[in-house]
Amino acid sequence: MTNYHLDHLQHLETEAIHIMREVAGEFERPALLFSGGKDSICLLRLAEKAFRPSDLPLPLLNVDTGHHFPELNEFRDRRATELGAKLIVRRVEDAIASGIASPAPGEISRNKLQIPTLLAAIEEFRFDCCIGGARRDEEKARAKERFFSYRDSFGQWDPKNQRPEIWNLYNGRLHSGENMRVFPLSNWTEMDVWEYIGRERLEVPSIYFSHRRECVRRHGQWLPVSPFLPLKPQEQTRELVVRVRTIGDIISTGLVESPAETVDDIITEIAAARVTERGSRSDDKASEAAMEDRKKAGYF
Amino acid sequence: MFTEEIMPPPAPAHTPVDILRFNTCGSVDDGKSTLIGRLLYDSKSLMEDQVEALERSADITSGGQINLANLTDGLRAEREQGITIDVAYRYFATPRRKFIIADTPGHVQYTRNMVTGASNANVSIILVDARLGVIEQSRRHTAIASLLRIPHLVVAINKMDIVGWSEARFNEIRAQFEEFLPRLDIKDVKFIPLSALNGDNVVTASPHTPWYPGPPLLGHLESVHIGSDWNLHGFRLPVQWVNRPNNPRDPALHDFRGFSGQIAGGVVRVGQKILALPAGLATTVKQIWTLDGPLTEAFCPQSVTLVLEHDIDISRGSMLIGLDETLPGAGTDLHAKVCWMHPRPLQRGKKYLLKHTSSTVQAVVTEIEHRLDITSLEPESVPSELALNDLGEIRIRTARPLFYDSYATNRLTGSFILIEPGTNATVAAGMLLPARELVKPEAADYII
Ligand SMILES: Nc1nc2c(ncn2[C@@H]2O[C@H](COP(=O)(O)OP(=O)(O)O)[C@@H](O)[C@H]2O)c(=O)[nH]1
Repeated sequence: MTNYHLDHLQHLETEAIHIMREVAGEFERPALLFSGGKDSICLLRLAEKAFRPSDLPLPLLNVDTGHHFPELNEFRDRRATELGAKLIVRRVEDAIASGIASPAPGEISRNKLQIPTLLAAIEEFRFDCCIGGARRDEEKARAKERFFSYRDSFGQWDPKNQRPEIWNLYNGRLHSGENMRVFPLSNWTEMDVWEYIGRERLEVPSIYFSHRRECVRRHGQWLPVSPFLPLKPQEQTRELVVRVRTIGDIISTGLVESPAETVDDIITEIAAARVTERGSRSDDKASEAAMEDRKKAGYF
Repeated sequence: MFTEEIMPPPAPAHTPVDILRFNTCGSVDDGKSTLIGRLLYDSKSLMEDQVEALERSADITSGGQINLANLTDGLRAEREQGITIDVAYRYFATPRRKFIIADTPGHVQYTRNMVTGASNANVSIILVDARLGVIEQSRRHTAIASLLRIPHLVVAINKMDIVGWSEARFNEIRAQFEEFLPRLDIKDVKFIPLSALNGDNVVTASPHTPWYPGPPLLGHLESVHIGSDWNLHGFRLPVQWVNRPNNPRDPALHDFRGFSGQIAGGVVRVGQKILALPAGLATTVKQIWTLDGPLTEAFCPQSVTLVLEHDIDISRGSMLIGLDETLPGAGTDLHAKVCWMHPRPLQRGKKYLLKHTSSTVQAVVTEIEHRLDITSLEPESVPSELALNDLGEIRIRTARPLFYDSYATNRLTGSFILIEPGTNATVAAGMLLPARELVKPEAADYII
């Protein structure tokens, strides 16, 4: 007898493909958020698995903060072209110029400004559903997130007003102006993502692998020196062999010292890791409730 | 019969081989959060920054002592109220398995929460406080696990340290359970004495229980057999999406027409005769298409795209079924058990949308037959409505026929949700009872 058995990655894969197809079946104008980061790379492969040999029935959307790593944007654009996918990029810079987003005085981080930029893009294209790559293991506020996460007409998330999800039956019904965020990778961990990248032989941006970079020490972590991060007096830079573990903006992404040159090296490194991936992002450090507040305002 | 002798290569240490989903239930203060925290902590699934955050919050809340329960209390509002209000998910892995925990709290909205958290579980862990023994809540949790047909149950008898690790107390509680278990349809039950607070029999075997021959909780979760938890009898594919390339560059794809979905039961092979419903027409599987290349056979719960021999009218919501094994029920008159999940009660005669597999139909509740006693699942009364957290047996009429199995034979084709039109709220989880009429394949002709 054949052994009809799926391993953990195959289980996660079929669950995610099922969700992608539910999105294609239930929504009029879905989009897939693609940043070029490792999670959205997995999403894109899952979309291919769900919809090939047809073209992807949804465009890719990215909010560009203007503080992206250049390697990431190059990868994002090239990948979209290779897949014949439609890529829509909306820039925080433009949102500021047109008054959609207004930076707080003195604040350099573009993190909060992504929210109005994203909401404006959703309105512009009348997207009723955005597929995102968030995982529940990323941090506490996400642990209660649904696969289908309902947002009111202001794009807000109300943790007390989410629909129960039972078996694999997702309720995607919306009124006009409302929006669904869908997270096919909800049950994946950082390790699953890398194992999947390894198994599927997916290309990832070079900054995930170890490279030499000028770094500066701030708030207990190494940040990349860039034109967006002016050095303070007395600050010393150092050239280190580093890689990124999770990609945020270039001004807030902590680099980890690492010799990992291949996906296998990364998997070995994560297996031995003693710090969560979000522990390397200074935007989450501020407070434990930081993510929760951003989510309520419409962040993923 | 042909036996495959090929052994898979041994998995590297960090590669879990399969996934086990479990949920934990107990009433407030039974030690559920402590137990989950202990599992994560002792299995070394916590990272330094998480332990640090734990230590930081310990200074504020519990006078400097690490509070394992804090690990699983997610949202700020809940932390402030000191309760968990919904289902939260946790992940950890050992070299043998990857685990998904659905943490379902045990207070007011608990039936609804437990149904949500347990619906996909392989194992339910029922927590009992050794001092209190079996209480009303324990019976309810067990009943719900049985109603949802969770394949495996673990009764974790916690706080054994407070009752002096008494074997007699453990046996007493076990006997209390065994008194009502036979009336519920649960096959595999395991009793484990433990102390979540001190870590006895959670990850490592306790020196205090020489009289207990079994494995600690984690060892049991790592080894419980879940291979047969999926249904492999009677092929079912609810069609989610019709796959039709627009202007493909590859001329071979010009006439490609595939039906994409996740197999909800059984096995499908190339060359197999299948029936497309509701069209009622038979055809043959020509190709099983996947991005990784064509397959000769596929099984539940794989996601595939089928190409068929004939051009039949098939769309989202259609069901493809095998003809060689059990046939599904068919009809517009459904009989089901439901858990009511919304503050606005269910009333007879009210219209809802019913989502079953990939199809959504209009439905009206024609009868509320009875409310079920929440600890015995026996009919209790004939009510005029079902309220939040009630379980009941109802009859429904749908605007179009449904093709379904009883929940007892297939969780995926035997379940549905009700959606309230207008608010779009998910108001009920439903489990179908056996159908009176089955699909009649002899009426189905090959199309020419
Ligand atoms: N003595 C003892 N106390 C325990 C044990 N497990 C939990 N507790 C305590 O019981 C109380 C409630 O535990 P908690 O995990 O918050 O319960 P929950 O409401 O079920 O999540 C806390 O004070 C725990 O320290 C145990 O095994 N032994």
